[in-house]
Amino acid sequence: MTTTTTLSHAKDGEAPVFYLTEEHDHDGHSTVIGFWIFLMSDVLLFCGLFAIYAWLGGHYANGPSPLDDGHGGQLFHLPVVAVNTVIMLASSFICALAMVETRKGNVGPALKWFGLTALFGVAFLYNQVTEYGHMAEIGATYQTSAFLSCFITLIIAHSFHVLTGIVWVAILAVQVLQHGLNPANERRAVCFSMFWNFIDITWVCVFIFVYLMGVLR
Amino acid sequence: MSPDTPPLDPIFGRLTLDAIPYQEPILVVTFAVVALAGIFAVGALTYFRLWGYLWREWITSVDHKRIGIMYIVLAIIMLVRGFADAIMMRLQQAIAFNGSEGYLPAHHYDQIFTAHGVIMIFFVATPLIVGVMNFVIPLQIGARDVSFPYLNNLGFWLTAVAAILVNVSLFVGEFSQGGWVGEPPLTGAEASPGVGVDYYLWALQISGLGTIIGGINLLATIIKMRAPGLTFMKLPIFCWTSLCVNALIVLSFPFLTIAVTLLTLDRLFGTHFFTADFGGNPMAYVNLVWIWGHPEVYILILPALGVYSEVAAVFSGKRLFGYTSMVYATVSITVIGFVVWLHHFFTMGSGASVNGFFGLMTALIAIPTGVKVYNWLFTMYRGRVRFEVPMMWTISFMLTFLLGGLTGVLCSIPAADFQLHNSLFLVGHFHNVAIGAIVFAMMAAIDYWFPKAFGFRLEPFWGKLSVWFWTVGFFVAFLPIYVAGLSGVTRRTRVFDDPSEQNLQILFVIAAIGAFIALLGVVFFLVQLFVSIRNREALRDTTGDPWNARTLEWSTSSPPPEYNFAFTPVVHDVDAWADMKARGYSRPSEGFKPIHMPRNTATGIVASVLLLIFSFAVIWYMWLVAGVSFALLLLVLIGHTFNYNRSFHIPADVVARTESERTRLLAQQG
Repeated sequence: MTTTTTLSHAKDGEAPVFYLTEEHDHDGHSTVIGFWIFLMSDVLLFCGLFAIYAWLGGHYANGPSPLDDGHGGQLFHLPVVAVNTVIMLASSFICALAMVETRKGNVGPALKWFGLTALFGVAFLYNQVTEYGHMAEIGATYQTSAFLSCFITLIIAHSFHVLTGIVWVAILAVQVLQHGLNPANERRAVCFSMFWNFIDITWVCVFIFVYLMGVLR
Repeated sequence: MSPDTPPLDPIFGRLTLDAIPYQEPILVVTFAVVALAGIFAVGALTYFRLWGYLWREWITSVDHKRIGIMYIVLAIIMLVRGFADAIMMRLQQAIAFNGSEGYLPAHHYDQIFTAHGVIMIFFVATPLIVGVMNFVIPLQIGARDVSFPYLNNLGFWLTAVAAILVNVSLFVGEFSQGGWVGEPPLTGAEASPGVGVDYYLWALQISGLGTIIGGINLLATIIKMRAPGLTFMKLPIFCWTSLCVNALIVLSFPFLTIAVTLLTLDRLFGTHFFTADFGGNPMAYVNLVWIWGHPEVYILILPALGVYSEVAAVFSGKRLFGYTSMVYATVSITVIGFVVWLHHFFTMGSGASVNGFFGLMTALIAIPTGVKVYNWLFTMYRGRVRFEVPMMWTISFMLTFLLGGLTGVLCSIPAADFQLHNSLFLVGHFHNVAIGAIVFAMMAAIDYWFPKAFGFRLEPFWGKLSVWFWTVGFFVAFLPIYVAGLSGVTRRTRVFDDPSEQNLQILFVIAAIGAFIALLGVVFFLVQLFVSIRNREALRDTTGDPWNARTLEWSTSSPPPEYNFAFTPVVHDVDAWADMKARGYSRPSEGFKPIHMPRNTATGIVASVLLLIFSFAVIWYMWLVAGVSFALLLLVLIGHTFNYNRSFHIPADVVARTESERTRLLAQQG
């Protein structure tokens, strides 16, 4: 038992504390880190889609390619994409404004900015649907080539995230109206803003790696 | 779909009565047995009025201990199914020589080897390790629950319904015939138009989702919920390996999700990711699946190595040798485990430099693994080794795993791998590590932590028989498989019709005998459970610390109270409980406070069952049912977010009563 004596001596004879007598409830202390970890896995999901696009994105199988839709036009309309990118970036900024108000506990202004965030999300989705509706019309569909399979899947995965965000913020708004900006709702708002920024960053990657590099390829 | 296909039934889709395989006697008998067992179970539950208890205390429970136990029960049930598949394959290969076709038609045999792999990896090994982690981690870090108790429950039920989906395929339709990783184009829409691959894909998708949810939860738990003083370099090694494993889960499972989703899109919507035409590339699937698949190997093995570290230290009566090196070895395996996936297909033709890199990285993993083996040996060296059942599993593991590790290094050499690829030698190698490391570890873990979970020990006699039969059975079954592999037999062969290979039959007969010996190991384990439950009063442990163990979970009662610890422990040293015992810790008997705990929820099981219905409907193209169940699923999940009343306090007097009961039991001990 020599080790024991050394250890006790190290404490100068003071009785060691082996348990806490006072504790506090710790609701939601892990929520934010848990959400970070979830986002990390979501990032990897997109990494997989980007990697597949990098591999198969050039396989047009004699079908449409970014610069040639087979009808004398371009498949990628950069002006539309540029507008969408601006919408996405702006919505992130608005979401940040909503968070500032949330932190201050101002329910009204926070909800207003959150609503505007969602509205920008809806505008973004509207543009996406028209753009890909047009592609479908000219026969550039999911089944045409590996390039279009990868491309459309990537876009749908992103749009699906935007849609999730819009539904989420709508539900959150109802809950804030019910319970105010209590700690639980504030945590949810924080997670939502992280999610929305993640969607935004993902779109920037789509813009650069798919659209810009697509037309340069 | 071509225009001349008959229109689908609006409700039943492509599900017709022909999907029930009543012309296959093996399946009919199996179904009869399962149905009888099911009726018996339901009858017994009703007779003893246990439904309410089951619903309140288990099914909707968010208690990490209960969820962990449910994972392990699921795994043991599925182990029986997976083992039955193994025995059937061994028999088929032992018979199918000299012009015999064996007793299994190709369509059935191919489903069996696929189901065996899928079940053993996803529904035996994974639930076992997740179950043990769930049970042990919060107790070892001195926490009262996990970070996300509701997600914990949801993760379990997702895994459970995925297992149910695999078993449904046995009686309704068919299972995949594409091997356990399901590589296209064989599993594409053209080569496998049936529902088998769809069952496979949805089972993987759902269980993968459950595993990611569980991984996020346990990762957050270890990071955020450690007891005061429990710094990372004081964390028990099992928690360290679990930390790395859950990081691996979060980092690798998204790639499985992607692979499975894209293959599903190929099959459902005719996309061209993995088709051989229109620019698709099947090797893209193979890469994605192994970017997940190789880390998955370490996801399964690292907790096993953690268990051995705990067991070796406790039963040698010493602190673990080389704690710090153990941590670094674990982290190295985690990191390197991510850059070795290509060794599963050196034959793809990626060239000498790429193959060389991946071969080198693979061989490199042997170094940290070797460090671990030496640490265990030095832990035992000059210790007072007690040959209890968990320790016997550990010693058996060290011998078995050494062989498996060495054949692994052999396969890591690309030039050798071109010969060994897809041969039975590879099958021998991965069973050598899967059984020798993972199964043995989980057996050790069950024996070791059983008294903690239920308050009584497992009968050692049957446990020791199980160790011996598993170990001997393993070697008898797989040494001939190695030899057959070196002789050039490819894996998944059903019939040996080449005249030059007829002399190999003896190997497969021996292997079949070995499989039966190992089966006795499983049977003795089940007997051990049965006998121990019957003799539980004689085996009762009231100390809470039957092994004279070293980590925090042994400081509380067995079974632990719902709240685990009446007071959150404060940690000063690695092996906190050994330190507390050595320095005269005295159990507090007053001053109890109300304890904050999470409330049970039914959302986990309801959502999972809806997802089961949804996936079944999509598999059979029952679009109406799919739509309705999906809408309901969304409603349930969203509805759950409107519940703000998720926790409650256990009153101080309840805590005081529970603790004084324990004081009384401890006093009886003297």
